[in-house]
Amino acid sequence: MSVMDLQTQAQSPGENRPEVVNNFSVNIATVNGSGSQTANTTIIRALFKMGIPVNGKNIFPSNISGLPTWYTVRVSKDGFVARRDETEILVAFNIATNDADLESLQAGSVCIHPDDMRFVNKREDVIYYPLPVKTMVKESQVEPKLKDYIANMVYVGALAELLGIDSEAIKEALAHHFKGKAKPIEINFSMVNKAATWTRENLKKLDPYRVEKMNATAGKFLVDGNTAGGLGAIYGGVTFVSWYPITPSTSLVDAMNDYLPKLRTDPDTGKATYSVVQAEDELAAIGMVLGAGWAGARSMTATSGPGISLMTEFSGLGYFAEIPGVIWDIMRMGPSTGLPTRVSQGDVLKIYYLGHGDSKQICLLPGSMKECFQFGMEAFDLAERLQTPVFVLSDLDLGMNLWMTDPFEYPEKPMDRGKILNEEDLTRLGGFARYEDKDGDGIGYRTLPGNKHPLSAYFTRGTGHDAHASYSERPDDWEENLQRLARKHDTARTLVPAPVIDIREKAQFGIISYGSADPAIVETRAVLQEKGIETSYMRLRALPLEESARDFISRYKNNYVVELNFDGQMHKLLQLHTPEFATRLHSLARCNGLPLSARYVAGEIIAKERK
Amino acid sequence: MTTEVKPGNPGNLKLNLLGLDRNEYKGRPSTLCQGCGHDSISSQIIAVAFETSLDPSRLIKMSGIGCSSKSPAYFLNRSHGFNTLHGRMPSVTTGALMANRDLKALAVSGDGDTGSIGIGQYKHLLRRNLPMVYIIENNGVYGLTKGQFSATADEGQKLKYAGTNELPAIDLCMEAIVANCGFVARSFAGDAKQVRELLKAAFAFDGTAVLDIISPCVTFNNNEDSTKSYPYGKAHEEKLHDISFIPAFEEVTVDYEKGEVRDVKMHEGPTIRLRKLDNDYDPTSRAAAISLLEDSRARQEFITGLVYINQDRKTLIETEEVTNIPLAHLPSEKTRPSRGSLEKLMAGWM
Repeated sequence: MSVMDLQTQAQSPGENRPEVVNNFSVNIATVNGSGSQTANTTIIRALFKMGIPVNGKNIFPSNISGLPTWYTVRVSKDGFVARRDETEILVAFNIATNDADLESLQAGSVCIHPDDMRFVNKREDVIYYPLPVKTMVKESQVEPKLKDYIANMVYVGALAELLGIDSEAIKEALAHHFKGKAKPIEINFSMVNKAATWTRENLKKLDPYRVEKMNATAGKFLVDGNTAGGLGAIYGGVTFVSWYPITPSTSLVDAMNDYLPKLRTDPDTGKATYSVVQAEDELAAIGMVLGAGWAGARSMTATSGPGISLMTEFSGLGYFAEIPGVIWDIMRMGPSTGLPTRVSQGDVLKIYYLGHGDSKQICLLPGSMKECFQFGMEAFDLAERLQTPVFVLSDLDLGMNLWMTDPFEYPEKPMDRGKILNEEDLTRLGGFARYEDKDGDGIGYRTLPGNKHPLSAYFTRGTGHDAHASYSERPDDWEENLQRLARKHDTARTLVPAPVIDIREKAQFGIISYGSADPAIVETRAVLQEKGIETSYMRLRALPLEESARDFISRYKNNYVVELNFDGQMHKLLQLHTPEFATRLHSLARCNGLPLSARYVAGEIIAKERK
Repeated sequence: MTTEVKPGNPGNLKLNLLGLDRNEYKGRPSTLCQGCGHDSISSQIIAVAFETSLDPSRLIKMSGIGCSSKSPAYFLNRSHGFNTLHGRMPSVTTGALMANRDLKALAVSGDGDTGSIGIGQYKHLLRRNLPMVYIIENNGVYGLTKGQFSATADEGQKLKYAGTNELPAIDLCMEAIVANCGFVARSFAGDAKQVRELLKAAFAFDGTAVLDIISPCVTFNNNEDSTKSYPYGKAHEEKLHDISFIPAFEEVTVDYEKGEVRDVKMHEGPTIRLRKLDNDYDPTSRAAAISLLEDSRARQEFITGLVYINQDRKTLIETEEVTNIPLAHLPSEKTRPSRGSLEKLMAGWM
């Protein structure tokens, strides 16, 4: 029996359906460590180069090789980039998950699989495209170690043929991936072509899905948030980085290590205008960051939840001794080791109050690639202006997945190095008191070690101190210091990025969200609008909250706070910020390890509105 | 109660090479117990800083948490100081020195701060090798929490509060040598001259210099049967050599018989002169240093002096090849890449 005969048995689900162009999702199931990332990013980049809006999400295991991994590619002519719950096309290349993956499909979906893949329950309402993967790999005569990689190019070729992905776009995508190296481009491209040709000659297209060139990606590029954030730090003038490897933050420092030598080698001396030190743990990483910040460097680290736990004591010291430093938390799912390779917004509440005693930290909440870049720079300005640690709360979805973005904006403003007194200042002033609130904004003036003025030195400590930084247990000194720190926190409210607010005239309720939840909210609002439900939206971009948050909440009887954690952490912070409107705030928190989908959010909101 | 830490030689108002008098190297009054070994070390720090004309603006005083870590407030008021977290002084110091390569750190820690909670940061600091003098004021006991054993307490030692110590001691000099520290010395707070000469040599050393100074706790651990006590130290100290530090600007005299002294020439120009006592000990041999510490432990001997010196290691600042202008002071033209570089980068992604 030929392949075409096999196919015809399942022909019915595809018959007479209208074409679906540039609007579907592909779920590629493979084995972790098999090199499928190359194949998957090739597909994304090729679609992007065809001008079609795309988004890719890697749902991967905490494992070097062998466990299942899924990569979802969403093609959306309307430009939506949130994760979808539905899959139209399954690439079933993992024997360990093929049955469950097949089971999850809706009727009429497509399943592309190696021809030797066996399914326990081969559903009749799915269109199958079996591919002779083993034979093709064997015929390609590549080195044994490359066979797994090449095998993945078979599904790239089949998808290209079935969906109509442009061959030149694939070649360009491969050239991008292999940084122009001819040999790997050629090996992979020839396998893509071979698989495409075989598909054309041996399979009959029965499904309605295809792609078509658009002009929706011109002037944009694809990047991940960790690269964007790392570059932001570089353009923000970072001079010292200390870090300890932890998923999903590692690639932020990797990106810095990639770009720093190119961008930050002093042309005059050939020496580095930065230093990156891999620490022995997160305790040391933040210790070095605060030491460097104290001495006047723009210093930073990148970590994730468990690292934040270790940084807690130092964060309290940084808050209380008033030392600048930038800490990126690429949030992953906790508690504990949790799901180390899955997304979450579960560190918000903890970080805002990080440290024992009464401490409140500055948190930036980037919601896009541009903001990862921008906040990567601005975090330093805020840290030095406010003389305190600044946390940038990104997450695994923003940080590690590829997103379309408009170009980053080069900073127009000079760096703000904050209130630092040099020798001439001290001569003019006749001295200074480190923690005196001269300007009424809660921020004192500091000197840097190395300042030659006889009155420049002061003693930094985490213990109780007076305005002169001298040890003090006096109740008045202690209270006044905390009051000044509270004033400083109020100053911070006016300096951190304000929420992005979109008020619509006939809005029936408000939606509040932040970070990587944004794409699902954007799409949710479109879905609701189609149903005749208008909404207003406030996307938070920082903590502490300021008055515009209160104004927004006050407008609506119901505000839905959508976030990716279990306890509704931002919902709780908003209730604390606006206790008078506490009952107007409703938590819509999801915590299953996956990025939010608009279907889920819209469904939940509609259900709550009906109550 | 407060006790003023007096400079080593009070009453002398002569000026040093920087034109500073001794008082400008003093700190605030000490709040440690009267007779605390730490205060005598502070006095020697003041004396040495004055005598060798250390520039206070280029020194940073770093410490962790504990009695010893309080002491940087009691000397060198004209230097910036940072009393950090328990056991975490090494990382903060690493960051500060990487940020400003013109600085040198004078760090004070204790046996709890370094040997227990901070042993990890201690080892990794030594591995990295930063320009700093690392003084461990070692008394074998936790003072601020009223008398628990620390990790350097002798096995079998008895204390009123803590009972009997059943565990072997950690030798912080041995740990330093194993971690490839290039300057390791042991001394006794009751031996002011040796502390002073070792301090001078440590300040002249280009890398991390560890001084493990037995510094008796007069309140909790000063019984004569304790090896960390004044009576024990005074009765049992066995010097490896008679050490003297000859600054670069002084002539190195040769009025000794051949074989009587060992001169260690330092990179910056000064010389450490070791006058032979009972045995000829070579502090440049790592193997000899390890044997010495092991043998003295086995024989329960309290040896003091320069245990090990190796001037060949690069500091982390050299390894990282950072600019000569301190990173903290680079102008923004050097730290913000050009607009064109960003445009070029993004064009490559489109």
